[in-house]
Amino acid sequence: MKTVDLQKQSVRELNQALHDQVAECTEREWVVTDPKGAHNIACGLDQNLTVDIQGHAGYYCAGMNKKAHITVHGNVGQGVAENMMSGVVRIKGDASQAAGATAHGGLLVIEGNAGARCGISMKGVDIVVKGNVGHMSCFMGQAGNLVVCGDAGDALGDSLYEVHIYVKGSVKSLGADCVEKEMRPEHISELSELLNRAGVEEDPAAFKRYGSARQLYNFKVDNASAY
Amino acid sequence: MSKDIDVNAGLRESATFDRTTMAEIRRAADTGIYDIRGFGAKRKLPHFDDLLFLGASMSRYPLEGYREKCNTKVTLGTRFAKKPIELDIPVTIAGMSFGALSANAKEALGRGASLMGTSTTTGDGGMTPEERGQSSKLVYQYLPSRYGMNPDDLRKADAIEVVLGQGAKPGGGGMLLGQKITDRVAKMRTLPMGVDQRSACRHPDWTGPDDLAIKILELREITDWQVPIYIKVGATRTYYDVKLAVKAGADVIVVDGMQGGTAATQDVFIEHVGIPTLAAIPQAVQALQEMGMHRKVQLIVSGGIRNGADVAKCMALGADAVAIGTAALIALGCNDPKYDEEFRKIGSAAGYYDDYHEGKDPTGISTQNPDLMQRLDPVVAGRKLANYLNVLTLEAQTLARACGKNDLRNLEPEDLVALTVESAAMARVPLAGTSWIPGQSF
Repeated sequence: MKTVDLQKQSVRELNQALHDQVAECTEREWVVTDPKGAHNIACGLDQNLTVDIQGHAGYYCAGMNKKAHITVHGNVGQGVAENMMSGVVRIKGDASQAAGATAHGGLLVIEGNAGARCGISMKGVDIVVKGNVGHMSCFMGQAGNLVVCGDAGDALGDSLYEVHIYVKGSVKSLGADCVEKEMRPEHISELSELLNRAGVEEDPAAFKRYGSARQLYNFKVDNASAY
Repeated sequence: MSKDIDVNAGLRESATFDRTTMAEIRRAADTGIYDIRGFGAKRKLPHFDDLLFLGASMSRYPLEGYREKCNTKVTLGTRFAKKPIELDIPVTIAGMSFGALSANAKEALGRGASLMGTSTTTGDGGMTPEERGQSSKLVYQYLPSRYGMNPDDLRKADAIEVVLGQGAKPGGGGMLLGQKITDRVAKMRTLPMGVDQRSACRHPDWTGPDDLAIKILELREITDWQVPIYIKVGATRTYYDVKLAVKAGADVIVVDGMQGGTAATQDVFIEHVGIPTLAAIPQAVQALQEMGMHRKVQLIVSGGIRNGADVAKCMALGADAVAIGTAALIALGCNDPKYDEEFRKIGSAAGYYDDYHEGKDPTGISTQNPDLMQRLDPVVAGRKLANYLNVLTLEAQTLARACGKNDLRNLEPEDLVALTVESAAMARVPLAGTSWIPGQSF
């Protein structure tokens, strides 16, 4: 196990060392201590590594992650796991806005709450939030799954494409073209599997499903006020 | 066929409600939706034609046209990148997406640019293997939609261009209508086939220049600080935008004037938002100079550049390089008169065609129709583009030598005069035959 103290080494040195594991993997388990909210920790990884960040992280932690399993034992700033391709990112605390933005794959678990625009423009990632999510979450979400075990803020799923959204608690309001949909057996099954992967104990039957009404997929004169 | 209008009979067309205006009112009344089109601003604007060079005479020595060198090489991204991008000519190919353009057109752009030792740029939709394979220097755009964005392609790029806006539609996002969302385009963008795709106008994970500075650091971290990072803005509040872009950490700033083209957006956007390229350059240069960053953060200018004179004038005003989009497509064959009959069948005419969003382009450039696309031979079209780029370079060198400059970047505002009061004020050069620069003296 390799330990990097971010009060003694820079984020640049840490990231370069993690990136170097692609050419030759010399260490699979990494621990990052004293992050003190630094930005861009462990972004651009492309190797099957385990990275434990012991403290709070700033913006874009685990950005564009591939393959790596990254855990933050604290809160994270904006854009955690943005554009993630694969792997697992787990946040023990809360996440600021745009968590999992545009992410294509992998699993993002937020054990606390997520701020505004969680899952914005998501493109295939699975996101499980044990707490609440803020307004405009899943805005223009294209593919993947967003699971919210708490409540969702205003305008959930605005201008949604094909993301499946599951919410256990209340939804303050739905965004344009987002509607509640029937929870069929295949959705219960899908949600069970997502909760299992995330290690979250919840009853899938207690959730409601939301998705796109697909009324904004093509320009229509009568939709002018929604554009 | 209708008879010509007899003006002697007292018929008078309104300057306010001319025939184009009346046709648009009728179109709006018939359809209930705004007009969407491609190309750039069609209205007449103060432009580079309003500037002239002062060739050398008694007070300046010219260089011999064919004997004395005039350097055209330029290096971009010298501020932070470990591997700045070196171009043989200061004319680059602007970002245009696969989706808006056919794969053959993208390949042709790459081939033409590579033949001339310059760069081409991806667009909203990601990087295609054809484009990467044929582009010796490829700039990868980082757009609000992040369609097709992935770290593997990011690391394959020779530079990254963070797009905040474009001259044709500053403040607006991309648009690709369902006719062009084929299976391949849909997969690259993770969208259902056939949707009218409207890209976001704001980036999803940062909201201002302070955030952007951190975002740029993230991109540098992911790419190990290897490649330059550009910031592209549509020309509006250019002075402030350039200052903020420098503060955010850009290696290169791209300013796209309102004559810049687009594949599709609202006509009202194209014609009524932004400022002319001519007006934007001095603002950008002033901002860089005030920060002590002129030539340290390189400036690329685009929007309506057509010939070597335009290139030379941009550089005289302080640009390090220019980018071309519409002109490059015309060099490939866009609006070619040989397809006039087919243009007319789809309600247009060669030289007027701007409905790129409909995907019916007879030239095979702005279409995803396989039959139409086959009309464009990427090898032949790439050669045409290279020829055109060569002419732009030779013309710019001719003018620079005439001004006594052995490097295109040695051209300066002092080499220019303006033909109109408006262009003198915008370009901040004297009205021809006077020492008057409107706004700076009386």
